[in-house]
Amino acid sequence: MAQTSHGVGGVGYDAKKRTWPAEFNVFLALVILVVIFELIGRIFLGDSFLFNTRSDVGGIFNEARLQIIILQVSIVGIIAIGVTQVIITGGIDLSSGSIVGATAMIAMSFAQVATVNGNPNPKAMFLAQGWTDLPVIVPLLVAIACGLFAGLVNGALIAYTRIPPFIATLGMMVTARGIAKWWSKGQPISFPTESFAGIGKGLMPVVIFLSLAILFQLIMTYTRYGKHCYAIGSNEDAARMSGIKIANHKILVYVIAGILAALAAVVLSSKNLTAQSGMGVMYELDAIAMAVIGGVSLSGGRGSIIGTVIGSLIFGVIISGFTFLRLDAYYQEMVKGVIIVGAVVLDQWRQRLRAMRA
Amino acid sequence: MSDIVLKTENLTKRYGGVHALEGANFELRKGEHVAIMGDNGAGKSTFVRQITGVEQRTSGQIWFDGKEVNFAGPIEARTAGIETVFQNLALADDLDVPSNLFLGREKVLFNLGPFSILDRKYMRKATEAALVRTAVKIPNLSNTIRHMSGGQRQCVAIARTATFASKLIIMDEPTAALGVQETAQVENIVRTLKDNGEPLILISHNMRQVFDLCDRIVVFRRGRIVANLRKENTDGNDIVSYITGAKTGEAELAA
Repeated sequence: MAQTSHGVGGVGYDAKKRTWPAEFNVFLALVILVVIFELIGRIFLGDSFLFNTRSDVGGIFNEARLQIIILQVSIVGIIAIGVTQVIITGGIDLSSGSIVGATAMIAMSFAQVATVNGNPNPKAMFLAQGWTDLPVIVPLLVAIACGLFAGLVNGALIAYTRIPPFIATLGMMVTARGIAKWWSKGQPISFPTESFAGIGKGLMPVVIFLSLAILFQLIMTYTRYGKHCYAIGSNEDAARMSGIKIANHKILVYVIAGILAALAAVVLSSKNLTAQSGMGVMYELDAIAMAVIGGVSLSGGRGSIIGTVIGSLIFGVIISGFTFLRLDAYYQEMVKGVIIVGAVVLDQWRQRLRAMRA
Repeated sequence: MSDIVLKTENLTKRYGGVHALEGANFELRKGEHVAIMGDNGAGKSTFVRQITGVEQRTSGQIWFDGKEVNFAGPIEARTAGIETVFQNLALADDLDVPSNLFLGREKVLFNLGPFSILDRKYMRKATEAALVRTAVKIPNLSNTIRHMSGGQRQCVAIARTATFASKLIIMDEPTAALGVQETAQVENIVRTLKDNGEPLILISHNMRQVFDLCDRIVVFRRGRIVANLRKENTDGNDIVSYITGAKTGEAELAA
C-alpha cells in the first residue's frame, strides 16, 4: 500500500467483516426442514424420511424419495431460472405458466407421429401437410421460437411503453393461455415421436434443469449480462447514467425467461407424452415462490440461481414431506403460502438487521 | 494557452423564457481546483449539466482538452475524460466496489456480446490501485455498497473517477449529506487529487471547505458569473456579498 500525504488508501481486509453468502442461509433452511421431517417421521411414523429403511433395496439414502423430490420440481425449476433473472433485474414475469401451455401445444403439434397402431394419427394437426415424424430439432426450434417471441413482446412492452412488468406479463399470461386453447380448439395433442418423448424421459428433466442452472449461474456471475442484471435491479438510474442500455437489456432478460419457459414446456409435454391447453397453470407463481424462498429479493438486485435451485429443493422437500407424513394435499397448498410469505418477511428482517450493523 | 483544460465562451441555457445560464465565460487550467458557489437556482448545476452533456446548451461554445466539444450525452463526456460525482451518487447498492467502479465499462476477457466474460481479476487490481491513488479506505472490496456508510459510498463514487484516466473531475456537493468525520475523509481525497495534479470543479455551499481545497472561486448569481476570484485576493465576507448580490458587477478575472 502506498503512503500518500493524506493517509493510507486501499483495502483494509478484515476477515471478521466477511458476510455469509445469502445462499448459505437458504441451504440451512433446507437442512433444518429435512431434519424436521426426519424427526417427525421417526417419532410418529417409525419411518425415515431421508434414509433407506427397506432391506430389499440397497443404499444408505432413500433414493426413490430423493429422485421424486428433485424430479417434481425440475420442470418448474427450469422456469424459475428465467424468473430469477427477471426478478433480479427488478421485474416480474407472470406469463411463464401460460407460455408453457401455449408452447407445449404448438411444439407438440410439430412432434407428431404419422400413424398410430397402423391408423393415421387422429391428433396430428399437420397430417395433410405431411409434417409428421419430423426430426426432434423441429419441435424444439418451434418451441424456442414461441418462447423467444413471447419474451420479445413482454420485453418490448416493458422497455418501450414503460408499463409495469406486472401488467405487461399479466396481459401475456391471459393471451398465451388463449392461444393454448385456440391452437387445437381445446383438444389435447398426444402421440409424440419417440425422439421427442426421449427429452423428458426418466431423470432427463433433472439433468436438463441442473445443466441450465449451472450454465446460468455462471452467466450471472461471470458475464457482463449478469452484472448488468444486478446493476439495473439495484439502481436503474445509476445503471442508465453509467451507460448501460436498459431497454435492450430488459428485452434480453424477458426473452431468456420466455425461452426457458418454452424449454420447460418441451420437457413437460415430452414427459407426459401429451400437451393440453391447461398445462402450466400456476407454474409462474410456483417459480416466483422458488426464487423468493431461495433468497431472490422482489425489489431487485439480490439473489442467485443457486439460491433458486435450493429454493426449489425446499419446495420439493415440503411436497414430498407432506406425502411422507400422509397429509392431505390441501395442507400442502396452505403451508406453501405461509412459507412464501415467511421467506420474504425473514429476508426483510435479515436485511434490516444487517443494515443496522453496518 | 495549452494548459487550459476546460473553457466555455458565452455558454447560455434557457428553459423556455427562464434564463438559467447567461453568457458564462469560464476557464480551468491544468491542476487547478476551482470552486463554484452561489445561491440555490443561481445556475451552478445548470452550468455543470451543459458541460457534462446531461443537457444541451442553448448557445455558446465549450472547449475541452484543446478541442471544441459538443457532447450528446453524459456517456460521451465521460469517454472524453470528464468524470462527475453526482449529488445522488450513481452507485448500484447491491454490487461490490469493483463492479461499481467499472459499471457500464466492464473490462472483458472474451467478447461475446452481452455474454462477454468479465476480467474480474483485472478489475479488482485496478480498483485496489484506484483506492490507493485516492487514499480511499474500504473495509472489504467484496462487500456490497448497501453495507457501507454514507462517507464510504461517497469515497467509492470519487474513487470511480480516479479509476479511469480522467482529465477533469466535477463534484456536485460531495459532502452535503455527510457527517463531520466523513466530510474530512472526502476532503482528504480531494487534497490527494490536488497533489496528483488532477483538475477539479467543486460545487459547494461550504465556505470553509472551498477556502481549504480550492485555488479559485467562481460565484454564480441569477444565471451569470458575477465573480471570479483567486483565494488569496478574497475572503468569506467578500464571497457572501457576491452570492447575495450586495456586491455586483463581474469582478476582474484573476490572472
